Amino acid sequence: MEQITTDICIIGAGPVGLFAVFEAGLLKMRCHLIDVLPQVGGQLSEIYPHKPIYDIPGYPDITAQQLIDNLMLQIAPFNPTFSLGERVETLNRREDGSYDIKTDDGTSVHCQVVVIAGGLGCFEPRKPEIDRLADFEGKGVAYMVKNPEHFRGKKVVLAGGGDSALDWAVFLSNVAERVTLVHRGDTFRGAPDSAGKVFDLAKEGKIDLILKSNVVALTGDDSLQEITLLDRNNQVSHIEADHLIPLFGLSPKLGPIAEWGLNIDRSAIAVNTVDYSTNIERIYAIGDINTYPGKLKLILCGFHEAALMAQSAFKYVFPEQKLSFKYTTVYGVSAF
Amino acid sequence: MINLTIIDRDGGRMPVEIPEGINLSLMEVLKASEYEILATCGGMALCATCHVQVIEGPEQYFTPTDAELDVLDTLPYVEPSSRLACQIRITEDMDGMVFKLMGGD
Ligand SMILES: Cc1cc2nc3c(=O)[nH]c(=O)nc-3n(C[C@H](O)[C@H](O)[C@H](O)COP(=O)(O)OP(=O)(O)OC[C@H]3O[C@@H](n4cnc5c(N)ncnc54)[C@H](O)[C@@H]3O)c2cc1C
Ligand code: FES
Repeated sequence: MEQITTDICIIGAGPVGLFAVFEAGLLKMRCHLIDVLPQVGGQLSEIYPHKPIYDIPGYPDITAQQLIDNLMLQIAPFNPTFSLGERVETLNRREDGSYDIKTDDGTSVHCQVVVIAGGLGCFEPRKPEIDRLADFEGKGVAYMVKNPEHFRGKKVVLAGGGDSALDWAVFLSNVAERVTLVHRGDTFRGAPDSAGKVFDLAKEGKIDLILKSNVVALTGDDSLQEITLLDRNNQVSHIEADHLIPLFGLSPKLGPIAEWGLNIDRSAIAVNTVDYSTNIERIYAIGDINTYPGKLKLILCGFHEAALMAQSAFKYVFPEQKLSFKYTTVYGVSAF
Repeated sequence: MINLTIIDRDGGRMPVEIPEGINLSLMEVLKASEYEILATCGGMALCATCHVQVIEGPEQYFTPTDAELDVLDTLPYVEPSSRLACQIRITEDMDGMVFKLMGGD
């Protein structure tokens, strides 16, 4: 269990959460970011990494992933810390007004200010209907590969037909004792490269490829032991497995944030546009997750909100100090 | 008017009336009619959160395009007549069609 202390805890490492590190950093406030995804970048990296964006000031066009890479370079001097692949679950207020944030992995962050930059919500895996699937979550069933080493020497079954299923099947074939890929269809429409590799590895006997089939049920005592498959002709078969990784994409859900007593208006957090503060002191909401009259869900708008948030959050982090406005051209970006 | 019937995830059937000549996709119409579809990617055939199934209508509507198949392939459940609502332009020959909302996740 990790215990972290920081000035600002940012929930969501999308473009807006990342840029908030810069705006906070200029005012000497340290940030820790938490995201449920294993990588930074929010929607940009998860949904449209290779698409060009045309409305970022100063960039006639830039791909989504390039923008995220640039943001990471821009904030590097401020040494932000990250907990990735972890979902924020609870928020508790201490008597002095500061907060403790806890994740599903047991990480605990003590901070003076909470910034919710949660976008459309927590990216949650789409779960197929498999009998007893929930019983084995954390006991053999995982929806993402956080650490491939976890699967070393194990019998792993992957289900899905997209790029991530193909890529992980190829990768894990060198790590796991046995990799089986189960796909509903009989072809793969993902990147031709990855599909080709999977078929090659299947020919060499390094991957078991089971097409036109679905995983329908799981069995085991304390942990997963066996998977039941059903093919298109309604034939049932069983395979031994230590792990099942269903990979059917992600879809955002507001998640635990909905239960924190914030003013929520149609899945978004209502904020005061003076500083993007919420109805709860020391909690701000910026980017796609907030709403106010005239709100536009644009990266540009989220960046602006991050700047105003930082100016306002300063008083909680440095109650004794007076904030003076400075240009980066005059003072530079003094790291810490 | 173009009259469609939408079967929501609870099985309820609701008529939707659309004026002729509007240049919208089925996803945009469903959103405007306050159906619960996320349409996270705004119609780029990337997110699959506008997944519908064609129940009744002209034959050509039953087959997804290649761009749709790429995305549908990543979902846990699809039907042969699964479509992405954002890839269906509203046209007059759609009068009388029936669609079912899928997914919900
Ligand atoms: C296809 C597409 C094209 C777009 N094109 C443009 C464009 O051209 N120009 C433009 O300005 N905008 C565009 N947008 C919108 C833009 O992507 C969003 O405005 C932007 O991503 C918002 O950034 P954000 O940081 O607020 O949220 P997000 O990018 O959504 O990031 C939020 C992060 O928070 C995480 N999170 C949420 N809750 C939790 C929790 N409880 N625990 C842990 N993590 C959590 C999520 O997993 C996510 O990674 C487009 C969006 C899409 C989908
Ligand atoms: S709106 Fe994203 S695929 Fe249709």
